[in-house]
Amino acid sequence: MNYMTLPYFSRFARTVLVALLVVFAVPALAIDTERAFDDPALQARYETIGRELRCLVCQNQTIADSNATLAQDLRREVREMIAAGKTDDEIRTFMVDRYGDFVLYKPRMTPINYLLWAAPVLLLLLGTFVGIRFIRKQAAQADADGPEAGQS
Amino acid sequence: MLKFGVPLALAALLGVFLFVGLQRDPSYVPSPLIGKQAPQFKLPSLQDPSYPVDSQELAGKTWVLNVWGTWCSGCREEHETLVAIAKTGTVPIIGLDWKDDSGAAQDWLRQLGNPYAVVASDPEGRVAIDWGVYGAPETFLIGPDGKVLFKHIAPMTLEVWTKEFLPRIQAANAGAAPAGG
Repeated sequence: MNYMTLPYFSRFARTVLVALLVVFAVPALAIDTERAFDDPALQARYETIGRELRCLVCQNQTIADSNATLAQDLRREVREMIAAGKTDDEIRTFMVDRYGDFVLYKPRMTPINYLLWAAPVLLLLLGTFVGIRFIRKQAAQADADGPEAGQS
Repeated sequence: MLKFGVPLALAALLGVFLFVGLQRDPSYVPSPLIGKQAPQFKLPSLQDPSYPVDSQELAGKTWVLNVWGTWCSGCREEHETLVAIAKTGTVPIIGLDWKDDSGAAQDWLRQLGNPYAVVASDPEGRVAIDWGVYGAPETFLIGPDGKVLFKHIAPMTLEVWTKEFLPRIQAANAGAAPAGG
């Protein structure tokens, strides 16, 4: 029979094979397949910055994830700025000056953002404070109402 | 009274915030350029590449920059409006033909009419990036002092023009006019 000539794989080997296929299939999904730089350090910077910048046409993607024309253009700008020796901060500033803070996936620590980050803690403290006051008030009320009410 | 009043007021306040949040368009990105000096550019003219379109020549004028492309359906939508606005002669409209085929762009203007005082050709999209353009059509208003006064992201309508652009143009021109003039 024909199928008997196919190599036999154990269940384990099959699992490993499928896993390998999945792993190697992922790079095929990458948008920016060509390396921008021969120098691995520059390439790493290029990739990191690309993952930090939002593609504004397709807002939930970074410019590294998107193949929209604007993302391609912004990648080109990043590539050229790295090649020109600009620092990461200079590149980020370039983008923020043109597109605003929204272009950064990792928001900057501006005073308004400090407030945003601190808000949960502040609200928790406020809630605790209000809660404690409420419980104390209830307890005081219970004491005032007489010993029976307090014992229940 | 106070016992229910405070939480009720807080809930109402939250409700107002959430309601406003619902009305907002999440795809709208406010431009950091508003109130700042407009980026300079010098690009070849669409109709005659040997003739440069230089933004410095517009210094002292109130003008409009409209970013468009033949590939952009919203631009087709707003085109008649732009032609109508241009006919009023209020301010010069400068076109920025963004990442476009210049042949197709010239055909478009020939067929649909040309509302632009001049069209700058930006096939690589570099000037568009300087202006923070992310989705055509986008229309900027630039004052006589070279500052960006307003930006509209979406097809231009007569309503937007009358409500947002005209009052700002009048204010800008009044401010720029010489005293007693």
